[in-house]
Amino acid sequence: METTSILPLLILVSSLIPGILILLLKEEQVGLRTFLNLFGAVAKVSLIAWVFAGYLRGEEYTFFFSLALDLTFSLRVDQLGLFFAALSAVLWLVTTLYAIGYLEGGMHRRRFFAFFSLCVTASTGIALSGNVLTFFIFYEFLTLSTYPLVVHRGTDKAVEAGRTYLWYTIGGGTILFLGVVGLFVLAGPIYFGQTEIIASLISDYPTQLTILFFLLLTGLAVKAAIFPLHGWLPVSMVAPAPVSALLHAVAVVKAGAFGIVRLVYDVYGVGVAEKMNYLNVLAAFAAFTIIYGSVRALFQDDFKKRLAFSTVSQLSYIALGVAIPGVLTSTGAIVHLVHQGIMKITMFFAAGNVAETYGYKNISQLNGIGRRMPLTMGAFTIAAFGMIGLPPVAGFISKWYLGLGAVEAGSYWVVLVLLASSALNAAYFLPIVYRAWFYEPEYEVSRLRQSGRLEAQALLLIPVVVTGLLSLAAGVFAASAGSPLSIAREIAEKLYMLL
Amino acid sequence: MTHLPTSSFPALLVGLPILLATLSLFFGSKGRAVVGLAGSLLTTALSLIAIAEVTRRGTVIHILGGWDPPLGILLRIDPLAAVFIGMLALVGVFISLYAWWYFRVREADTGGLPQFWPLWLFLWAGMNGLFLSNDLFNLFVTLEVVGISAVALAVLSGKTTALTAGLRYLLAAITGSMAYLFGVALIYGSTGTLDISLLGQVLEPGATTTFALLVITLGLMIKMAGFPFHFWLPPAHSAALAPVSALLSALVVKGAFYILLRLWMEVFGVSLTYAAGQLIGVAGAVAVIWGSWQAFMQTSLKLIVAHSSVAQLGYLLMVFPLLILAPGVTTDSADWLSPAWTAGIYQVISHAFAKASFFLSAGIIIMALGHDRIESLRNLVGNMRITAMAIGLAGVSLIGLPPSGGFMAKWMLLKGIFLSGQWWWAPVVLTGSLLTAGYVFMLLRLAFAPAREMDTFRPVPKSLEVVALLLAIGSFLIVFPADFLIQFLESSAVFGSGIEPIMEGGEYGNN
Repeated sequence: METTSILPLLILVSSLIPGILILLLKEEQVGLRTFLNLFGAVAKVSLIAWVFAGYLRGEEYTFFFSLALDLTFSLRVDQLGLFFAALSAVLWLVTTLYAIGYLEGGMHRRRFFAFFSLCVTASTGIALSGNVLTFFIFYEFLTLSTYPLVVHRGTDKAVEAGRTYLWYTIGGGTILFLGVVGLFVLAGPIYFGQTEIIASLISDYPTQLTILFFLLLTGLAVKAAIFPLHGWLPVSMVAPAPVSALLHAVAVVKAGAFGIVRLVYDVYGVGVAEKMNYLNVLAAFAAFTIIYGSVRALFQDDFKKRLAFSTVSQLSYIALGVAIPGVLTSTGAIVHLVHQGIMKITMFFAAGNVAETYGYKNISQLNGIGRRMPLTMGAFTIAAFGMIGLPPVAGFISKWYLGLGAVEAGSYWVVLVLLASSALNAAYFLPIVYRAWFYEPEYEVSRLRQSGRLEAQALLLIPVVVTGLLSLAAGVFAASAGSPLSIAREIAEKLYMLL
Repeated sequence: MTHLPTSSFPALLVGLPILLATLSLFFGSKGRAVVGLAGSLLTTALSLIAIAEVTRRGTVIHILGGWDPPLGILLRIDPLAAVFIGMLALVGVFISLYAWWYFRVREADTGGLPQFWPLWLFLWAGMNGLFLSNDLFNLFVTLEVVGISAVALAVLSGKTTALTAGLRYLLAAITGSMAYLFGVALIYGSTGTLDISLLGQVLEPGATTTFALLVITLGLMIKMAGFPFHFWLPPAHSAALAPVSALLSALVVKGAFYILLRLWMEVFGVSLTYAAGQLIGVAGAVAVIWGSWQAFMQTSLKLIVAHSSVAQLGYLLMVFPLLILAPGVTTDSADWLSPAWTAGIYQVISHAFAKASFFLSAGIIIMALGHDRIESLRNLVGNMRITAMAIGLAGVSLIGLPPSGGFMAKWMLLKGIFLSGQWWWAPVVLTGSLLTAGYVFMLLRLAFAPAREMDTFRPVPKSLEVVALLLAIGSFLIVFPADFLIQFLESSAVFGSGIEPIMEGGEYGNN
């Protein structure tokens, strides 16, 4: 069934071409730019749906060409990759709408939307990469295409944040590069899923492969914001809200987390990683990051900063799930890729709405905001409940599977970490929810919302409502076929069936 | 060598630019530029045709005047020479186009500097001759032609800084030549021949040979600004006019490297030791770190770019320790030779494109601002988006991020390092990349920063910006023909070869 298909390439091209074209347009050509953007976003979602359908029918899509010499560029569709690609594509579509509303009348929008498209190209490229080299190329491409977005506002603070961002990501990329070349020299061009290569080499080169594993892991951990390599993420919050929402809640950080999933499951294989005790190290760092991020979040008054530290914490659930072997924990980790994405993007949209509509950037300013922005804060509340792990929101499912799997694996300490984290999540999210709904508003009457008018621009409101509902739906319909959970479960089961 | 097919291309490649340079001297200011540009285009076309000839027929030779070596002079284009000639032609033609518009814009304040054109064509002829020579003395002559025209170009602006730097450049160039010539004399004295192919067979190891190797290497290291002889490069390259800086940094220094590579691999194998390879590798490693760090510390754009050349040339020297094998290792078992050679070639080519683009961009910025202090680059993205993009792309190639030519070079270098087990070079490669990222993004950070009132960008012809951008894009496109390029190079005897040192231990022990 292995046939070459240009479909995976088209999925990338659907955002690459709009990105390049937008760069060539004039700043004033808003209509054409918006059209290109939305056309690309819709095309990407449709293409992924098409490929997904084909994949379920048992078709395989691969695309590769020899870049040069022994360097092969390869795209391949598998369930895990599609899962991540679908997440990026759907959220890109939503965020594009949001960004159009958010940046209306702003400066340098051409540049913004162009690089935004390029970022999404990079992140879908990461999702669909068939081998380590291709993954690395897109990983670096993501770093570069995100930089102009971080410094978008051009203020000194933004430029400074851009510098921090680059030191971390270029540094991580360099370490990753070392690992990638080393792996290439030792094991040849590894395609994802060929875990047998490492398995056959591990007894001959245990030291080298261990060093390489940790080089690769370190390179990926930077983007996955695992302690102590998380420092760039809170600083990058200076970027405009859509960037924080899509890139720093989903695309960039997930590239790291997804990379760790690939590294453990599809390059080294769980068997080797477990036998060589790599997973214990990963588990320790992930667990520490979960607690550390939550504790730091407690003390942030800046709304986006609190969300950022929460992201640091929540991302490590994925790493933790990967680090505890077992079908259930894997399911939890993989499904959290999606769940964390839709919940966190909802929260960033909400924070952006509040800041854009009322100019409030701090949590202490949010008294009674729920009455003025019921839909926005309603969505936020759903997401917050999900993050804490209350049923039936998506986050509960992730935590449930992680906890269940940990018990099954006999790692009871993980349950403690999850409980502690949930308590902390509640401690830093519930005050926001409570403040928004139950505090007396302090605003003057003239700023009261007039009846009949929307609480915010439609383009800002629709996305937050959509992703809020998605967070709920992913939890409520978790048991039905086609839900993120059922797909994640299938991926995890396949993974462990092979062992 | 004389059994190889003959062709008149080698002679033409040297003769045509000389002829055109001489012709241009008969014209006035305007006409000279026209002849110069036409000459550049013609030479490029000729170079490409000659390369096509080599891909078809393999190595071709030309025997000047019909006298066989060792009496006569033999020019030959093998695939390695062809690749260097191609690089010179492709980068050179873009620099020529740039120079055409550059001097037209600056006609008011410089009088158009028509001397640029004959000097550049002489330089081109010298470089072509250098790549084609198969004879130590001939190489000396071409080195001199290149050196003298390069110094003359460097002081073209007539400014004091350029003259001071130019004088230092001249002294370094002369010292280098003298050292080289001394080594050649020693070789000639002991063997009676200057022909490279012949020397490869007859050269005997011994004190004389080792000493000759030492002074020749010294001379060439000075000429290519290898650490610690790099002191002359940053002032000379940064004080020259933009098109000249590009020529010097992207192309001229590669000439000395080419000779060094050929002589080490084709002539001096008998005298080289593993330690010698390691030693020159250390010089390269220090250059990478030191040059990048210096670039990072500069505050004017052209000095950053010039110091970056010191570092980028260091990577070239880091190829040698991989090519000179440890005692007991045979060339057949050394599977890292091909990656190491590929790394060297790609470093040469991608640096040529990226550095030319970088210097030309710097020239554009000086035109727009009147100076090149980097704090004035603020809001470059808003004012000159094409130039900002050129700097960004060229910078990415210098850092070695995928999928640039620089990435290819770093990938292959690291691969060679790992395969050979000489892992101690790996941190140097990575630190170099990080420091390069440091100065490239220092520039980009400013380019994105908000404008200040005091900086006004004067308009600059778009064509200049486009040329710089095309060169930057070129540093990415060169990755794609890699398969063809390496296959082509592999048909040359020297490519992929390694040195199995005969002696162990001391400087010149007995075999």
